[in-house]
Amino acid sequence: MTERTIKVRAMTRVEGEGGLYVKLNRDVVEDVRLEIYEPPRLFEALLRGRMLEDVPDITARICGICPVAYQMSSVHALEAALGVTTSPEIRRLRRLLYCGEWIESHALHIYLLNAPDFVGFDSGLDMASRFPAEVNRGLRMKKYGNRLLEILGGRAIHPVNVAVGGFYRAPRREALQQLIPDFEWGLQAAIETTRWVAGFAFPNFACDTQLVSLSHPDEYPMNEGHIATTAGESIPVGSYQYEFEERHVPHSTALHSVRRQTGDSYLVGPLARVSLNLDRLSPTARQTAGEVGITWPCFNPFQSIVARGLELIHAFEEGLDILRTYDPPRQPRIEYTYKAASGCAATEAPRGTIYQHYTIDEEGKVVQAVIIPPTSQNQAQIEIDLRAWVPRVIHETEAVLSRQCENLVRCYDPCISCSTHFLKLRIERT
Amino acid sequence: MTGKPRLGVFKFASCDGCQLSLLAAEDQLLAVAGAVEIAYFREATSRIQPGPYDIALVEGSITTPHDAQRIQQIRRESRFLITIGACATAGGIQALRNWADCDEFVRSVYASPDYISTLKTSTAISDHIAVDFELRGCPINQSQLIEVLRSLLAGRRPRTPVHSVCLDCKRRGTVCVTVAQGIPCLGPVTQSGCEAICPSYNRGCYGCYGPSAQPNLVSLTNQFVKEGAPADQIVRSLRSFNGYSPEFRVEGDRLAAKSEAET
Repeated sequence: MTERTIKVRAMTRVEGEGGLYVKLNRDVVEDVRLEIYEPPRLFEALLRGRMLEDVPDITARICGICPVAYQMSSVHALEAALGVTTSPEIRRLRRLLYCGEWIESHALHIYLLNAPDFVGFDSGLDMASRFPAEVNRGLRMKKYGNRLLEILGGRAIHPVNVAVGGFYRAPRREALQQLIPDFEWGLQAAIETTRWVAGFAFPNFACDTQLVSLSHPDEYPMNEGHIATTAGESIPVGSYQYEFEERHVPHSTALHSVRRQTGDSYLVGPLARVSLNLDRLSPTARQTAGEVGITWPCFNPFQSIVARGLELIHAFEEGLDILRTYDPPRQPRIEYTYKAASGCAATEAPRGTIYQHYTIDEEGKVVQAVIIPPTSQNQAQIEIDLRAWVPRVIHETEAVLSRQCENLVRCYDPCISCSTHFLKLRIERT
Repeated sequence: MTGKPRLGVFKFASCDGCQLSLLAAEDQLLAVAGAVEIAYFREATSRIQPGPYDIALVEGSITTPHDAQRIQQIRRESRFLITIGACATAGGIQALRNWADCDEFVRSVYASPDYISTLKTSTAISDHIAVDFELRGCPINQSQLIEVLRSLLAGRRPRTPVHSVCLDCKRRGTVCVTVAQGIPCLGPVTQSGCEAICPSYNRGCYGCYGPSAQPNLVSLTNQFVKEGAPADQIVRSLRSFNGYSPEFRVEGDRLAAKSEAET
């Protein structure tokens, strides 16, 4: 038999529903596809005609794992349209909220979704049989991230406190400061986590791509900045749609994000963020980054788990700093008046850059919405990397080969639920 | 065989947030995982086992022809089937398409609408199969989920309160945002379960948990009208995460028809 097809009908330990299709002819990889069958939920259409105040509540529902990322990109884009400038205090509280989401999302991905692949278990729960201390450490970090989201956002999944212009209510000082001991523990736990995952056996593999992330002169990127690339570019967010586009690729029905001029794919996410913003990591994260035996920028997707660990350190350390110095803003929400306008923003979700663009009318209603999630930006790159990866494991049995492919896909932390821009792929049967 | 009840967690159109509540129950997670055999939970484990399942948790709404068939199969294989979250119990936010031209919705989002296989509606699981228990919320309350699982493991029928959010505000001592500040609030007609967080964060309830038992919607919307809220705004507030639940749907449709007749 010269032709083989490998199908992973339903990938596991990813958020949302997706499959994988690989077609081999002898040792030649003929086709690789990520098959996305997450049903389309049509967010950009259902936002039209809604009041702009409803937008952060609705876009949160795109993803139960990173609702804050969608809320943040929404409110920044709408504020850009309205011409609202928030205060430094609101800005810090938003960074704090994002720290909470990075912590819960990264801890979930490292311990329950990704690490089991490196130590040979089917799930984080099974992994707990051999690594009980590690799994409990991961769950506890995740809990503290969630706890922060609960105090600042009202609840961990789909927080209610995020408003256009700021927050509905500023948390009391004591409420936030009670988290300080937990975050001090969390910082140590994050350092241990990073050291633990840095010791995993990583395949010697590098993707030939461009890393893309927000970048800010004074801080590690979360809510704002320009778009930086490993090609040395610095692109204003307002030019996003001139520089990046979603395209149809030959032999595939998927919309892939690529660079508009060259048609090249690119990679967003923690690996890109750390690589492009190494010197703006918090002191402990920066120091740890120098100790984990990785040369930055790093193009090995398997090592994304280390970048996620470094960002856990950063999020606990920056979070601690904000918690210790927090004073409630006098005005938690900046007022604004409606006007017909357009605005865009990009922020850094745990799994990479989210871009949103809104047009609103003079009554405050949404006329048009564009939402580009990180996973649709990474999809083209994931397929290209799979093409390069499959020949390395081609001699393996079907089961091992498909498992190896799935492991690689999980390293990108794909969030298929964020399916605003995914197309259903058709399976070619041979 | 371990003899433990076999748990399956299934997903339809949704954000994953409700099944994530199970993974987010950090303190109880390992205990719950020890009390059941996790037979099917794709987000958590690569070990997938065939049915039958003693307890099935179903997240998400039915939006594709394939899913309409898949839920039948899951029902056949499941002894006690619980729908979790607003998508599964009421169609979710994606049910806004039910009032729109769905083809136009698809065209506006996707460059090649032909590749999209979707139904014109997003509907609750109970519109397709018999459901043994519904757990409301967008997202569900993690403690309620753990409580429901504990009840089932103890052989009790699960029970969750059906009173309104309004009562919870009184219990919490939250000053009424409508009375004190004139902020429109769906708390009087929305089911308890969220712990009345929105009013405690200085905003009105937006109905994540769907209609409470015997909600007096007409009385509430009349009050909104009296306070000067435009009809289309009241309709939009009812048509959100639980907009396609029967009570919110009927009142939203009544107001929409009335406002159309007047203009």
